Amino acid sequence: MPRRRTTVTAVLAALALAATGCSSTKPSGGVNPSGAASSAANSQFKFFSQADFDRQMAQRTVAAQGDPATPWLQMIQPSMVDTGKYAKANKKWHLCFSNAGTDNPWRVTGLTTMKAEVKLHPEIGDFTVVDAQSKDDKQISDLADLQTKGCDALIVSPNTTAALTPAVERACQSGLPVVVFDRGVTTNCPVSFVHPIGGYAFGATAAEFIAQKVGKGGKVLALRILPGVDVLENRWAAAKIVFDREGVNVVGVEFNNADPAKAKSIVGDYLQRFGKLDGIWLDAGFASVAATEVFEDAGKPVPPLTSEDQQNFLELWQKKKLTAIAPTYPVYQWRTAVIAATYILSGKQVPKEWILPQPVITADNLSQYIIPGMPPLFFPTCGCRNMPGFPQDWGGK
Amino acid sequence: MTGERTLPAPAGTVEGGKPGARRGLGRLATIPPIWLVLAALLVVVVWRDPSFAEPASLLAFVKRSAPLLVLALGQLFVIVGGEFDLSVGALITACVVVAARLGDGDPGRTWWVVALLVVFGVLVGLTNGLVTTLLRVPSFITTLGSMLVLNGAVFLWTGGSVTGALADNLRVPGRSGITGLPVVGQLPYAVPIVVVVVACATLLLHHTRFGHQVLAVGGGVRAAMLSGVGVWRVRTATFVISGLSAVVAAILLAGFAGLSANAGAGYEFQAITTVVLAGAVLGGGRGGTVATVGGALTLQMLFTLLNLFGFAKPLRDSAEGLLLIAAGAYTAYRARRSS
Repeated sequence: MPRRRTTVTAVLAALALAATGCSSTKPSGGVNPSGAASSAANSQFKFFSQADFDRQMAQRTVAAQGDPATPWLQMIQPSMVDTGKYAKANKKWHLCFSNAGTDNPWRVTGLTTMKAEVKLHPEIGDFTVVDAQSKDDKQISDLADLQTKGCDALIVSPNTTAALTPAVERACQSGLPVVVFDRGVTTNCPVSFVHPIGGYAFGATAAEFIAQKVGKGGKVLALRILPGVDVLENRWAAAKIVFDREGVNVVGVEFNNADPAKAKSIVGDYLQRFGKLDGIWLDAGFASVAATEVFEDAGKPVPPLTSEDQQNFLELWQKKKLTAIAPTYPVYQWRTAVIAATYILSGKQVPKEWILPQPVITADNLSQYIIPGMPPLFFPTCGCRNMPGFPQDWGGK
Repeated sequence: MTGERTLPAPAGTVEGGKPGARRGLGRLATIPPIWLVLAALLVVVVWRDPSFAEPASLLAFVKRSAPLLVLALGQLFVIVGGEFDLSVGALITACVVVAARLGDGDPGRTWWVVALLVVFGVLVGLTNGLVTTLLRVPSFITTLGSMLVLNGAVFLWTGGSVTGALADNLRVPGRSGITGLPVVGQLPYAVPIVVVVVACATLLLHHTRFGHQVLAVGGGVRAAMLSGVGVWRVRTATFVISGLSAVVAAILLAGFAGLSANAGAGYEFQAITTVVLAGAVLGGGRGGTVATVGGALTLQMLFTLLNLFGFAKPLRDSAEGLLLIAAGAYTAYRARRSS
């Protein structure tokens, strides 16, 4: 029956295409910490810059300018630029935002916070958000579209660094003031680039905590999300440097691909193989709850581990009195991006690189970060606690 | 677990090779090839990580394969009946999110939450089935549509951020086990659950009138109709079975992995890949439950292996795609030889 065979082959081919094609829209690239995914090459050195590493190590201890009560307005070592030529005094502003995607809870919390920030500025008449659904090509065409929409300023959270750089350059050439935040682009044309200290600082802080807890020769599993994303690679590169320096025995470096089931399997396998793990270093808070559960299920004490400011982990940490640390990639940068745009449109100086402080949650300040009644995948570094609409707009009660 | 060969194989199941010529090495050919692939993968995994061969590790492996296994068995009915169900991944996600939001971590609510999920699964399956059979919409389109509808509804309902929590007792089946056993240490509850599901599915597909009707419908709608099979009823029932399997898979997965906003993402393709690996013909009429178990374990073993070698996610997807095509080509080759 040749006809049937042809049909089967065609359907199979279509399925195979769909299987590979569709999975690429899964949150892999957009996993919480965000990061400019360049190629999938996983060479650590490709992503390592000694100068950046040294700078971030130093910035961890630099006191940021501004009021610590409003960290989204603080700046670390700013070098201010004039924005007088962009000032638009006599009209309501039309602010446009090209978002990489809202495919993970960090970005969901961020976008909600950003919309609340926009409402705080009566001068902003319109706020247009276009979502690139984590696709480079979509964001490139989004950026081109926005240039015809009469925007007064453009905020961009790029999906990936390399692919979006030319598109951002074109937007700059159209004369629009551009603010880039979260992931970066490799061009100086944006008026301001808003970001927290960075991945090296995150990874090193977490690794120093683990190294101190497990001591020399302690067995540590490094659980990563996926290779090839620069912010995540930076976190791991910094951790590796710390672990090597402190003589920590890293028994495995594994990728969980943003799948909690996978994360649990990996940790379970290692626990089985080594009988005991002294610590777990994670490059993001995403899998921390799953990792904790493996030890609970096995009836073993949970070793020191690292996380991020994800609500469900913070609650678990407090409840079970875990030994943990949570460096953060603060969500309040979504506020800062809007604020930077309003500064530019009113002709106020902004930092060329607006470096925000990067809080670290420890056992001592944990209780300050737990807001009861918030959803499990909420990120309390949103700086949104006193905003109108909190907590309902963020899914809390 | 190769016991399926001893079962009286109904016409057109996966074992339908030519009789005779099964001497010496030829006997090897009577083992469904999926088990040989699984054995080969197991050898490589154990070579990389000897502790994997310990009973506790193997049981843990079955535990983590359980959601896919159950889901694939549901998908098997649909595929044998000649259709597809692409909505199961989205249904899993919906179940997990609904269970978290309505259960809100309260163990007292678990029973009605589970009952509600079962009703929900049946309804989704029923809708898929009726739209496909009565409105004559190809199942590829129907279930693709319901996948989008479910994903969109979940996003709208949650605003993209999951609320609530999963109750501890809801998580027991997928997460805990009977502890303190000799040799294995802990027997995960997921293992007996899987055994029961496999037994039920085997009985239903290979030893009941309904099962034979599913095979008949998949083998040829017209012939089935002429011999008095209610084609639309049989096909609709397969979608309901698939919906129910997604609910069971969701409970196992929620138990194992915990709350996640995209719990079921990609599971529909994994389930279809599994069924194809097991040698069922897309387009219907062939397929065996025990081989499907082999397919699910093989796929999961492949993922374990790729992870052991430190391969990244994109490569895992590509490997899954290649395996799917290879399995499809092999099935087509066998169909050609035996027809």
